[in-house]
Amino acid sequence: MTTLTTIAATGVLRESWLLLAFPLFGAVVLLVGGRRTDRWGHLLGVAMPIASFVYGLIAFFTLLGDTDRSQDTHLFSYIPVAGLQVNEGLLIDQLSISFVLLITGVGSLIHIYSIGYMQHDTDRRRFFGYMNLFIAAMLLLVLSDNYLGLYVGWEGVGLASYLLIGFWQFKPSAAVAAKKAFVVNRVGDFGLTVAIFLMFAEFGTVQFPGVFGSVKAGGSGVATALGLLLLLGACGKSAQVPLQSWLLDAMEGPTPVSALIHAATMVTAGVYLLVRSNPILADSPTAQLGITVVGAVTLLFGAIIGCAKDDIKKALAGSTMSQIGYMTLGAGLGPAGYVFAIAHLLAHGFFKAGLFLGAGSVMHGMDDEVNMRKYGGLARIMPVTFATFLFGYLAIIGIPPFSGFFTKDGIIEAAWDKGGTSGAILAGCALLGAGLTAFYMTRVMLMTWFGKRRWVEKAHPHESPGVMTWPMILLAVGSVFGGGFLIIGHRFENFLGPVTGLPPTSHGIWSVAGIIALVLALGGVGLAWSMYGRVAVPAEAPRGRFPVVAGRKDLYGDAFNESVLMRPGQWLTRLSVYFDNRGVDGLVNSLAALIGGTSGRLRRMQTGFVRSYALSMFFGAALLITLLLVVRL
Amino acid sequence: MSPVHYVALSAILFVIGGVGVLVRRNAIVVFMCIELMLNACNLAFVAFANMHGNLDGQVIAFFVMVVAAAEVVVGLAILMAIYRARRSASVDDANLLKW
Repeated sequence: MTTLTTIAATGVLRESWLLLAFPLFGAVVLLVGGRRTDRWGHLLGVAMPIASFVYGLIAFFTLLGDTDRSQDTHLFSYIPVAGLQVNEGLLIDQLSISFVLLITGVGSLIHIYSIGYMQHDTDRRRFFGYMNLFIAAMLLLVLSDNYLGLYVGWEGVGLASYLLIGFWQFKPSAAVAAKKAFVVNRVGDFGLTVAIFLMFAEFGTVQFPGVFGSVKAGGSGVATALGLLLLLGACGKSAQVPLQSWLLDAMEGPTPVSALIHAATMVTAGVYLLVRSNPILADSPTAQLGITVVGAVTLLFGAIIGCAKDDIKKALAGSTMSQIGYMTLGAGLGPAGYVFAIAHLLAHGFFKAGLFLGAGSVMHGMDDEVNMRKYGGLARIMPVTFATFLFGYLAIIGIPPFSGFFTKDGIIEAAWDKGGTSGAILAGCALLGAGLTAFYMTRVMLMTWFGKRRWVEKAHPHESPGVMTWPMILLAVGSVFGGGFLIIGHRFENFLGPVTGLPPTSHGIWSVAGIIALVLALGGVGLAWSMYGRVAVPAEAPRGRFPVVAGRKDLYGDAFNESVLMRPGQWLTRLSVYFDNRGVDGLVNSLAALIGGTSGRLRRMQTGFVRSYALSMFFGAALLITLLLVVRL
Repeated sequence: MSPVHYVALSAILFVIGGVGVLVRRNAIVVFMCIELMLNACNLAFVAFANMHGNLDGQVIAFFVMVVAAAEVVVGLAILMAIYRARRSASVDDANLLKW
């Protein structure tokens, strides 16, 4: 059990607002400046995240030298009124600085890559404006020292994601995908919103230290409610079952967007939220169980979808969903899993961004063809892209000594250590997922890089320019060494431990679970080779049996949403309209008709004959006097 | 003389006035009938004041006279205007203000 205590920031960390200011400035200049900034806009757009990254590095090394590593900078108060005191500030601690380095580091590389990838796009400047906006919002999300500020960033990245998925809005499919992502995310945002309301109602504050300090006294009921609501929020943003359906469609956006937002950073915001809220989860085993179940289901769900897709980006998107499932599983395991969840998140940020950039490089050289059945034999034509993709591949399937081996096995072992039936089931799911990961990634490798050429003659595949390959090379270096650097010698555990709590049991590099995972991964590789390497891949997709068909249809996620949520929703709407027209309106209208009709008849009493008025006055007066006499007597 | 006589006279005058208001068409006559009713009331007031030995009823009688005078001024002015417009002083003819 850890609680968060912060000190006022000192030295260079006092200027942490600069982190946000750089990309925000870039976004404002590029989006407000309009066409005037077209010529140099992309250079400004690249410079801003790099500036933030440099500051992030300085802050990181400053933090390493300090003993108090949770340093808070107060910025301003939101409308301070008697009972409503919400201070906005930026919190730099071990967790947030890890994210800052990931977001700005990988973000800078992807910005550089985008210069080449978006070169022929007339709207490149607008693209960089949105990307800078995203970086600013994401940094606000991870740096805020309270849930309200986090929520502002949360919505900001949602907006940037919406704008970037629909960047090519002239394509109806992109516009629809953007809308879908936004709507599905609203469901998750609803959970986060209610969680913040609940915190404010129960604890009277939304600052992290205040909430974490009083959650113990609030009782486990409040902690469970908060934990489950935060899980709903995390499910929306991180594309976890049941709110997973938007991520595959989000691949309609430009590939650098898929790499940055829908693989490396934004979709991991849910994991950040859960790990940041670890004192809340510590008081609620129910919420933790819910998180592990969601994680385990999603890691299999995504992996199965990844196995069936022929679209290279969608196969990678299924993989992203699955890997975030691992992180969510880790985040549900308590202090045993937090460190590995974040370590896997960072390693995944590198290798998945690298894989997406590799896919983008292939698409760039192949006239935006995404169907892997139209690839094949590209390894000799795009050697640099192939090499970086290969390292990313080895990292994700967990071959030692590449990144994924260290970080993913940490999560599997933590699940195993949970013990009991649930621990065995969770670890079993995670191991099965490791095998599936190896299968679908090998499938992607073989279909794209090996075998016979299946592309059409006019495709002219070619290697990408240096501005695109260098970021991929740097990301590949990260994929090779990142995981080992973090895990060997418990480096990351000791760094992050004060925020999340240390794992109760310490593991060596080799363990039983790790070896089983490795064997299963090699089995997956072998199975994939026997299906896609030994025999030629047909250029047209075969019809396939049940699991393949289901996987191609995203395991019926959309069909489920349509039949369970959309159709009943439409019926409910129609019923409400009917009830409104016939019931409510009927009542009101008939009342109005009654009054109107009655007064229409009463009006006839106004005859215009003065003497008849006089007569009625006489009768009235007589009646009044009679009544008075009767009552008096 | 006992007050009963005065009150009886007052009642008779009031009924004559009331019937006149209801049955006559000429606005001038209706006015005079209304004056008759008002003065019947005045008579009753004064009779009762005399009976009870205080001045309240007599004061009220003065007020009634003032009101009656004002009413006649306004009423006759309206009557003049109607007569000029329609060449008729019949109250049945002035029936435009209705549903």
